Amino acid sequence: MLSQILYALPFLAQGFALTLWVSLLVVVFSLVAGVAMGVGLVYGPAPLRWAVRIFSDTIRGIPILVLIFFVYYGLPAVGVHLESFWAAVLALTLFKTAQVIEYLRGAVGSIPKGQSEAAMAIGLTFRQRLTYVIFPQAFRRFLPPWINGVTDAVKGSALVSLLGITDLMQAINQVIGRTYEAMPLYILGALIYFAVNYALSYASRRLERRFAFIRD
Amino acid sequence: MGYALNFNLIWRHFDKLWGGLLLSLELAVISIAIGVVIGLVLAVWYVSAGRVVRAIIAAYVEFIRNVPLILLVYLVFYGVPTVVDLAYSAPTSFVLTLSVYSGAYLVEVFRSGLEAVPRGQLDAGKAIGLTPWQRLTHVRLPTMLRITLPALSNTFLSLFKDTSVASVISVPELTYGAQWINFNTFRIVEVYLVTTAMYLLTGYVLLFALRLVERRFRAAR
Repeated sequence: MLSQILYALPFLAQGFALTLWVSLLVVVFSLVAGVAMGVGLVYGPAPLRWAVRIFSDTIRGIPILVLIFFVYYGLPAVGVHLESFWAAVLALTLFKTAQVIEYLRGAVGSIPKGQSEAAMAIGLTFRQRLTYVIFPQAFRRFLPPWINGVTDAVKGSALVSLLGITDLMQAINQVIGRTYEAMPLYILGALIYFAVNYALSYASRRLERRFAFIRD
Repeated sequence: MGYALNFNLIWRHFDKLWGGLLLSLELAVISIAIGVVIGLVLAVWYVSAGRVVRAIIAAYVEFIRNVPLILLVYLVFYGVPTVVDLAYSAPTSFVLTLSVYSGAYLVEVFRSGLEAVPRGQLDAGKAIGLTPWQRLTHVRLPTMLRITLPALSNTFLSLFKDTSVASVISVPELTYGAQWINFNTFRIVEVYLVTTAMYLLTGYVLLFALRLVERRFRAAR
């Protein structure tokens, strides 16, 4: 049993690397898109605010699995052909983007209105108000939940195994298909996911405590 | 592009979606009910326990929260029967998994609620001569419930959405029904549009109901 699992380790490591790669891409893309759309939600004109609100509520209202199938099977049907890897990344990015929008809204919303007004009073432009006054303060509120939310990207990435992408989850299932050692392999997989996600949530809690001095 | 929407086949097989939605709700309700019991018992135990028990409960919570649900579903359905002599159907297996999963999330919700109950309320309960059990059921839990209801509603909704993962072990809930129609009729865009609408609508109805409960509890203050 042990020798079979040891034999499979390099294969599992490849799957794990793919899990990390998918997660990393999703985290980066969703950060950019989410912050841009979040700023649109907080400061944009009404039509933009509505569009972002509908986007975010729809995405957060459906299971990630449905979103993944919708993107993966739906895009080719309307003539957009993406490799399954990129369809998976796109679906998970949509899901994460909605989260990032809400983190940003929460963080910016927690900064007292007086800060904006004071910045306006000394004649800062909109861009200056954001970069020098609002974002530096909102950053500390944004960072802990955002890092904690990265675990959702890692956990969500396990669902891409259903699209035939050999991530850690799929690699485990394939090794079980050959060795029939279901229990040890699932436990090994759980421990690997746990190690990554626990490190992230631990970092999030540490940061939260470090930034706890900030009051309203 | 040039995709013409045609919902006829979706309506013809709508029973797959409707029956699926009912099963999703059933899975969610049973699992959440068991999860609430697990969560309440462990949270009450946690706040009054010694270090060892606390460490064990924390280990359970952290482990479940940091592992993908799909892996836990596979582990219980394909893994556990290989080491213990148990046989259970896919729906039972999923309810088992989601119960243990929701328990871990609910321990956290209830624990933070219990810790937010003002010390003075418990002292007041003691002062008017309530027994520890009475203090728990008449002071601590009702106050905790009022504090945690909003967080509780969110957790319930998120667990309802998690029932979609049951489709990976062929439990015929809503997502499974959607996939069935996807593979058998190829009306792909239509079926996921309808499924999305069904999840959203159900979510909003649930949220509305939970908000009514919240308002009732707030009025009782």
